[in-house]
Amino acid sequence: MVGHALELRGSPFLQEIIREVPGGERIVHCLQCGTCGGSCPNGADMEYTPRTIFAMITANQRDKVLKSNTMWFCVSCYSCVSRCPQKIPITDIMYGLKRISIREKAYQGTDAPALAKTFTDLLDKYGRSFELGLASRYYLFNRPLAMLKMGPMGLSMFTRGRMSLTPTKIRNVDQLQAVIRKARELGGAS
Amino acid sequence: MKYAYYPGCSLECNSAAYDHSVRAVADLLGIELREIDDWNCCGATEYFTQDELTACAVIARNLALVDPQLDQVVAPCAACYLNLRKVDHLMQENAELNQKINQCLAAGSLHYDAGRVRVRHLLDLIYSDFGEAALRDKVVRPLTGLRVACYYGCQIVRPFGDCDNPEQPTKLDEMFGWLGAEVVDFPVKAHCCGGHMTQISEPQAFELIRRLLANADDYKADVIVTMCPMCQLNLDAYQARVNGFFHTDYKIPIIFFTQLLGVAFGLDWKKLGFGKEIVPAEPVLKKKLTAVAAA
Repeated sequence: MVGHALELRGSPFLQEIIREVPGGERIVHCLQCGTCGGSCPNGADMEYTPRTIFAMITANQRDKVLKSNTMWFCVSCYSCVSRCPQKIPITDIMYGLKRISIREKAYQGTDAPALAKTFTDLLDKYGRSFELGLASRYYLFNRPLAMLKMGPMGLSMFTRGRMSLTPTKIRNVDQLQAVIRKARELGGAS
Repeated sequence: MKYAYYPGCSLECNSAAYDHSVRAVADLLGIELREIDDWNCCGATEYFTQDELTACAVIARNLALVDPQLDQVVAPCAACYLNLRKVDHLMQENAELNQKINQCLAAGSLHYDAGRVRVRHLLDLIYSDFGEAALRDKVVRPLTGLRVACYYGCQIVRPFGDCDNPEQPTKLDEMFGWLGAEVVDFPVKAHCCGGHMTQISEPQAFELIRRLLANADDYKADVIVTMCPMCQLNLDAYQARVNGFFHTDYKIPIIFFTQLLGVAFGLDWKKLGFGKEIVPAEPVLKKKLTAVAAA
């Protein structure tokens, strides 16, 4: 009942998260115990740990949350999710925050959105991921200097037959693209 | 036993050793793996980061393509396993999302009934469906004397926990114990390898990799076995750079669990994909295993 009451008078940002993420309404059950941040392999590098983010969402601090680095340090390891006593889908909420942040270009100081876009552009085109294409495009446009450091590693992967020079394309890429087009058209998942 | 097989993009090339050894071990155990025809990439974490419905629809296409005569799919890669498992779960739990995903699939003349296909990981399949006696029975080259650190990573054991315990998984440990190996304590066995952080923020990723290598080294492991292409790539291909970054000198081979199973079952090294790892595994394994055999 407490959760229901909170939900009704929740902040607009909380309502937005609930619309964005399946299970997002569980945020109202957060006990502020901090198990999430303590379990996170990158918690120490986050501006705000998930616990704080949930308090900020409830307090409608939208801009501050969307500009923070928190979600970009989430690597989807699900440690917090498996430990959360209130079963909050924390990883999925981090994904939701990433999506909103990308849509509004609110993110700063991270190449993660560029990596994600380069990855899925190749997936949309071929139906499979293409590592050499991903690495070369991503590094060239986002981190040209880091490309030099990647050289020796790329070469040793290549000589062991672990890097293909050409992409693999699925047979029925038209079908996949029709599915993707429909998904874009329908928008938002929840 | 017949299962649909979803190799995933990593197993096609960068982790071909995983694919080769999965197929070789499955063949030996009489597990028939039928590759899903014309499967597509699962999108890893990158589609969920941008567009949830597209992420789900792209993954669901693979579930829809599973041969109607088969009701289980095996996915060795951690990201693929979790994505298939997660989308099937979301479709079962969320009627509206289920309907939207099927609307997307319908645009490609496809349909998927949520819950129709059970998503399995090979670890659980071999451990549960075969068990100790059947596996011991296949051993021709006991792993006696080999110190093995079993690394589970994240997305196979979490969040669902139906492959193994999400906090303290033990199935790999038990299995390699059955095959004669000396399984070492490895307290960080379900910790994160950094995932795609190597591409975004190296200092953070390198620290996570260092912790894993240091822990395996503390317990004097000869080798780390993994179930995930990303874990293998990060620990193996980045090991030299991590050494450079922290002024350490780790030389720990990182191999897939199916490669080591294959060694115990006496399968051919080449057939198991050895030689593709950057930190060579074969010399260490051969040295340890022959030393015991000679003694």
